[in-house]
Amino acid sequence: MKRLLPFPLLSLALLATWLLLNQTLAAGHVLLGAVIAVGGGLALALLQPPGPMVRRPAAIAALAWLVLVDIVRSNVAVARIVINPGHRRQTSGFLDIPLELRDPAGLAVLACIITATPGTAWARYDSAQSVLTMHILDLVDEDTWIRTIKDRYERRLLEIFG
Amino acid sequence: MSATLLAGAIAFAQVLLALAMACAAFRLLRGPRAQDRVLALDTLYVAAMLLMLTFGMREANALYFEAALVIGMLGFVATAALAKFLLRGEVIE
Amino acid sequence: MSHAAGLPSFVAFVIALLVVLGAVLTLIGALGLLRLRSFYDRVHAPTLGTTLGTGLVLIASLTLFSALQSRPVLHEILIGVFMTITTPVTFMLLVRAALHRDRSAGRDPAAEGASRSQGRPPEPRPE
Repeated sequence: MKRLLPFPLLSLALLATWLLLNQTLAAGHVLLGAVIAVGGGLALALLQPPGPMVRRPAAIAALAWLVLVDIVRSNVAVARIVINPGHRRQTSGFLDIPLELRDPAGLAVLACIITATPGTAWARYDSAQSVLTMHILDLVDEDTWIRTIKDRYERRLLEIFG
Repeated sequence: MSATLLAGAIAFAQVLLALAMACAAFRLLRGPRAQDRVLALDTLYVAAMLLMLTFGMREANALYFEAALVIGMLGFVATAALAKFLLRGEVIE
Repeated sequence: MSHAAGLPSFVAFVIALLVVLGAVLTLIGALGLLRLRSFYDRVHAPTLGTTLGTGLVLIASLTLFSALQSRPVLHEILIGVFMTITTPVTFMLLVRAALHRDRSAGRDPAAEGASRSQGRPPEPRPE
């Protein structure tokens, strides 16, 4: 089992993608999808990716929900800034944030979260000092932003990727 | 009644998306720098993809979905390659 | 639109609302490309369209097709998953490319921002 499905989650995702693309649950397509899923898993195993240890599905679900809520909230905030930028002064800028998160997979997830949220963008990461530089559209209170990133995201990512 | 409402809403959404594409096209032509143009291209293809989806809703035809998926995938590859080109001056190193 | 005639008016209303809202957000994002001043500001604008804009239109399309065919039509989820994964990658690459080009032109906007925040060193909160 382990040899046939070295990455069960990836294989499951491939099977789901295949069935969704074909809009069917017919036995033939399930079989074909299963072949693709197993083949994809074996192909990835040949690449020998450094397998990140993912734990705590509950924490992952909580983080996903949090990110969804934040994306909706910042959509509204950025839309407001775009619609009337006239009366406000230039408030965007870069901000340095020291991180405790070291795991590459965790950092990748953090980068995706920050960039996918309107109003914040990942600019660069200094791995020697583990300092993240990000660009923020509405940089009024730097401490609030630092606390947001560290408390809301980094703490949970440390729990998940540890 | 519900058909008229839906048709009107979809047509309105299509006008908005076309306007969004026009904004992106303006930034694409205007620049001023290469990164602005690539960003505009990204916005352009996302709006085009959504336009395809609304056409699919209008015609109740699932084929438009395939077109939207292809636009999304090719758009991503194009923008990523262009960004990579800006980063290094060449795509394949 | 004759195919939508049999749709319950409540469902039609929800779909109409979702598709218009998604298009409005996408338009605001594209408008931000024109109205915001610097490139680094403008990077934030299209994310409106790629996150919530796309999401709302996808949900609208998903609801419409599911209601029309009276079975769950879920393949729109694929576009959603695909956009969620790819958009941050392109934007990160683009910001890095812009920083790189600015640096090689002799300016480093990120370093200026960093020096500004060095006046008040950001203390990591004690955990």
